[in-house]
Amino acid sequence: MLNFSELTRSFHYDFLMDALHFPEWLAVTTECVFIGIILLLLYSLLALFYIWFERKVCAAFQCRLGPNRVGPWGLLQSVADMFKILIKELISLKYVDKFLFALAPYLVILASMLAFAVLPWGNGLQIIDFNIGIFFLIAVSSIGVLGILLAGWSSNNKFTLIGALRSGAQMVSYELSIGLSVLTMVLFAGTLEVGGIIEAQKDVWFIFSGHIPAIIAFVIYLIAGTAETNRGPFDLPEAESELTAGYHTEYSGIHFGFFYLAEYLNLFIVAGVATLLFFGGWMPLQIPGWEAFNNIMWYIPTPIWFIAKAIVISFIIIWFKWTFPRLRIDQLLSLEWKYLLPINLFNLVLMALVVVFKWHF
Amino acid sequence: MEVTTKSMPYEAWKDNEYIEKLVNELRESGANVIVGSLDKLINWGRSNSLWPLTFATSCCGIEFVSLGAARYDMARFGWEVARASPRQADFIMVAGTIVHRMAPVLRRLYDQLAEPKYVIACGSCAISGGPFRKSYHVALGIEDIVPVDVYVPGCPPRPEAMIYGIMQLSRKIKVEKFFGGVNRQEKQKEFLESHPVPGVED
Amino acid sequence: MAEDIKEKIARLFPEAEYQEGDIAQITVADKDWHRLAMTLKDDSDMDFDFLVTIVGMDWKDAFGCVYYLTSTSTNRHISVKVLAPDREKPMIHSVADLWAIATIFEREVYDFFGIVFIGNPDMRRLFLSIDWKGFPFRKDYDMNPEINPVPLESERQSDFTDVYTEDSEGNVTRREERVFQPDDFVVNIGPQHPATHGVLRFRTAVDGETIKKIDVYMGYIHRGVEKICEGLTYPQTLHFMDRLDYFSAHPYHHCLCMTIEQAAGIEISRRAQVIRVLMDELSRIASHCLFIGTYCMDLGATTMLFYTLRVREQILDIMERTCGARMTFNYDCIGGVMQDLDKDFVKDVKALLEVLPANIKEYNKIFTGNVIAKNRMEGIGVLSKEDAIQWAVSGPSGRASGWACDVRKTDPYSIYSELEFDEIIRHEGDSMARFKVRMDEMEQSARIISQLIDNIPEGEYCVKVPKVLKLPAGHWFRTVEGCRGTFGIYIESDGATSPYRLKIAPPCLPLAAVVDHITRGNKIADLITIGGSLDYIVPDMDR
Repeated sequence: MLNFSELTRSFHYDFLMDALHFPEWLAVTTECVFIGIILLLLYSLLALFYIWFERKVCAAFQCRLGPNRVGPWGLLQSVADMFKILIKELISLKYVDKFLFALAPYLVILASMLAFAVLPWGNGLQIIDFNIGIFFLIAVSSIGVLGILLAGWSSNNKFTLIGALRSGAQMVSYELSIGLSVLTMVLFAGTLEVGGIIEAQKDVWFIFSGHIPAIIAFVIYLIAGTAETNRGPFDLPEAESELTAGYHTEYSGIHFGFFYLAEYLNLFIVAGVATLLFFGGWMPLQIPGWEAFNNIMWYIPTPIWFIAKAIVISFIIIWFKWTFPRLRIDQLLSLEWKYLLPINLFNLVLMALVVVFKWHF
Repeated sequence: MEVTTKSMPYEAWKDNEYIEKLVNELRESGANVIVGSLDKLINWGRSNSLWPLTFATSCCGIEFVSLGAARYDMARFGWEVARASPRQADFIMVAGTIVHRMAPVLRRLYDQLAEPKYVIACGSCAISGGPFRKSYHVALGIEDIVPVDVYVPGCPPRPEAMIYGIMQLSRKIKVEKFFGGVNRQEKQKEFLESHPVPGVED
Repeated sequence: MAEDIKEKIARLFPEAEYQEGDIAQITVADKDWHRLAMTLKDDSDMDFDFLVTIVGMDWKDAFGCVYYLTSTSTNRHISVKVLAPDREKPMIHSVADLWAIATIFEREVYDFFGIVFIGNPDMRRLFLSIDWKGFPFRKDYDMNPEINPVPLESERQSDFTDVYTEDSEGNVTRREERVFQPDDFVVNIGPQHPATHGVLRFRTAVDGETIKKIDVYMGYIHRGVEKICEGLTYPQTLHFMDRLDYFSAHPYHHCLCMTIEQAAGIEISRRAQVIRVLMDELSRIASHCLFIGTYCMDLGATTMLFYTLRVREQILDIMERTCGARMTFNYDCIGGVMQDLDKDFVKDVKALLEVLPANIKEYNKIFTGNVIAKNRMEGIGVLSKEDAIQWAVSGPSGRASGWACDVRKTDPYSIYSELEFDEIIRHEGDSMARFKVRMDEMEQSARIISQLIDNIPEGEYCVKVPKVLKLPAGHWFRTVEGCRGTFGIYIESDGATSPYRLKIAPPCLPLAAVVDHITRGNKIADLITIGGSLDYIVPDMDR
């Protein structure tokens, strides 16, 4: 049962401060640089893996093989794509707001990067664990919509503008559902702190212990999360058959690459948060009473638990995308405001009752 | 330096002389070790990641759809990321007849592609006007409109032929040079200078 | 022609001439034409409410149009020949106020022949750009490519359309009218756009996401097939039929072959008939398969495309073994078919018939019952029966509006009268109905095939035809049921080896023309739903 916080503590105190005699500020700076590099690496690796994963999964659904020529099982396909996209021309357009046009992709990528800060990767393996972790997560993930709106508006193109407006309407609406379903679980856990939420799921995951309201919250979260990441069946902002490529129609080269990566990272973040709230984060599967089984489960490293759970949930979201047709904008909004929101509010009250009367396990 | 392709013997290709000519040109231009290996890396990326623009005017376009379907599955090569926006695509597969009214549109699409960009003339209509050569409203081949890299004959070409065509394009990219721009960029510039679009400066 | 009509017209229009024939023809001068048209349409005995096509003609001494009309209630046909004798300024009165589809048909004639239609609300060119010099279908058109070179510059765009009006004294004046209002937010969709199924262009005025008006631009794949045919011998014209609507290559071939055979008096063998019908129905299944796939893809359900293409590939295999090609078969020829059936044909088709029902069931399970799909399609783009006839929307799209327009039933050709199958008719008229009609038609096609597959008669597959085929002077018009609607061929011959005029009446032109009518007030996303459900093929409408 490796606790990564001990490792990081010993790196900080034993190695940097005692062995290398770094002053406190230098030690912290060094660690920040390390974390930054690791995060960037992880970030790109994860995105590349996800692109490959989605292409393979989609191929499997469509009775195809998917990428299999570049590298073993086509694993290097997305790496090749990345190399190409890195050196692809950045087209400079006339009549666009150059500053905002260039800023937009960075905002989008920044939002998903900030959200990484509070994801619990493993036991003690978390960049920052503070008392308003979940709140912070929701707050930063809304920066993304700003990037999309800016991208659509600054491109000076009618398609991107429609895409951006759709996206704005959609994300603002579904943020409510996400917030409320997260709130339901926060109510259940009794804390906003990521570590605390995971600790509360030590014996049994919330999806099992919170029974009905937790399951409702999970379903709503999954729907709203799919909508938040602009993925099918809610991929209206970039609906290919309607708006060519939606808000990022005018972007080329690595600027487009950022949008492309951010899409997959957001998918991971949504899946990661679902893991955190409903499936115990990095907590191994525990079944009360099965002592031997529970012990064995602890031998699987916790980061693997977290990533594996996240991938399974993202698989479900990918499954959605390749199965369902796309909704229309008014149907999308009425789904949120007429159905999900009332159900969500009701669910919140239900959860409060469950907590107050201790109906949960 | 030999242009190799995974699980395709070199002799199986039809026009090795052409590729060898390109290789020789590349050799003569010379490059130092670092730049050379960087070039290799870049070309590996480019040649293995060809994203087509969803562009089809007629029959050939339907064969292009079949190319994406399960039997021919162009996703194996990583070509299935068909982009609807020209800014994000790497090559246009001109699948179908180009008529007078479409010619400026094709040219504009080509201009909107981000470098490096390639064109495949797919089917006899795009190559020469095909069965519609005698028409008053058909461009006799797209080579007067955009510079073409690979020609895929057929009416329409079978999906296998299309795969072969795109693989040839990928081979051609492998002998390009990113630093210095031998083998392609010069020709493209020449073409664009000799076929200017009136009223549009570079 | 039925006697009652003949008498009535003789009474009302004493100057009109008659010509009996397969389809009777009335010849009138332009001054009587609009009145005659009104009689033909509104008179309760005649009720010719379906304008099949308008054939523009250049008879060297005069221009003119041949109108083909059908009565949907009595299923009678008639044609009217209207002359515009002034070669300098040919003019004919428009009938756009009687048949809505005439707006587009007349624009087509104007584009090709320069015949101005007085009273048509929109007299712009249809296929060619506004700066095109000359009218290509005129016999004295100069084909020199230097006059109309391939442009690289974007074509000039005009926000105005011409309208020609006539005052009470008969003076014709031209006036310009705006296509869009100055404060409209116009989004350009196409010609290179994934939703337009090819190179079609919609200029769409939107209010937020709601569509106010659509202006359809065609001609991005206009190849002038009809004009090329005028320089080719009859057997040489056949292969163009593959390249119009490439999904219904067989029915189109069938139509042209039938027309030529009828004109030349060639009787084809029973075996050839059966083979042709088998191929027609196989291509109908393949075509509908692809429709379902691409339609679902338009709606965002990409995976369906791969499932439907699986069946299509199987059909293409069957075709390839017999015809030697995957898409451009060139199989039907004058006198029969090109070559005999492959030895495995029967076996392969039976294998297909075995897997087809399961596949259709699967499609329904994945897509038709899906809540999102239902919400997207039900009640969207409703086309009433009257409007379907007005806009000449035939084929599966017309049948979804309750109009029994299947040529296989109304005017059975080949051996269709002996076959048992149902005409699928729905009455909702929305996108869902259009989708379901095609789904069910696949089953009916399978039914036809299963009736024939065990009874392919022995015999020659192609009768002897003279090496140099000349048609007698005259004109013929035949229609068949293509995969997308009523497909017609008009041939006018002056006795030579090549047609004097070969007019193709495509089913997809009305389908594209009606888009504006049924999308108004819907959302942009519905444009994709509606356009997809109409299932037009752009090379077919542009020719």
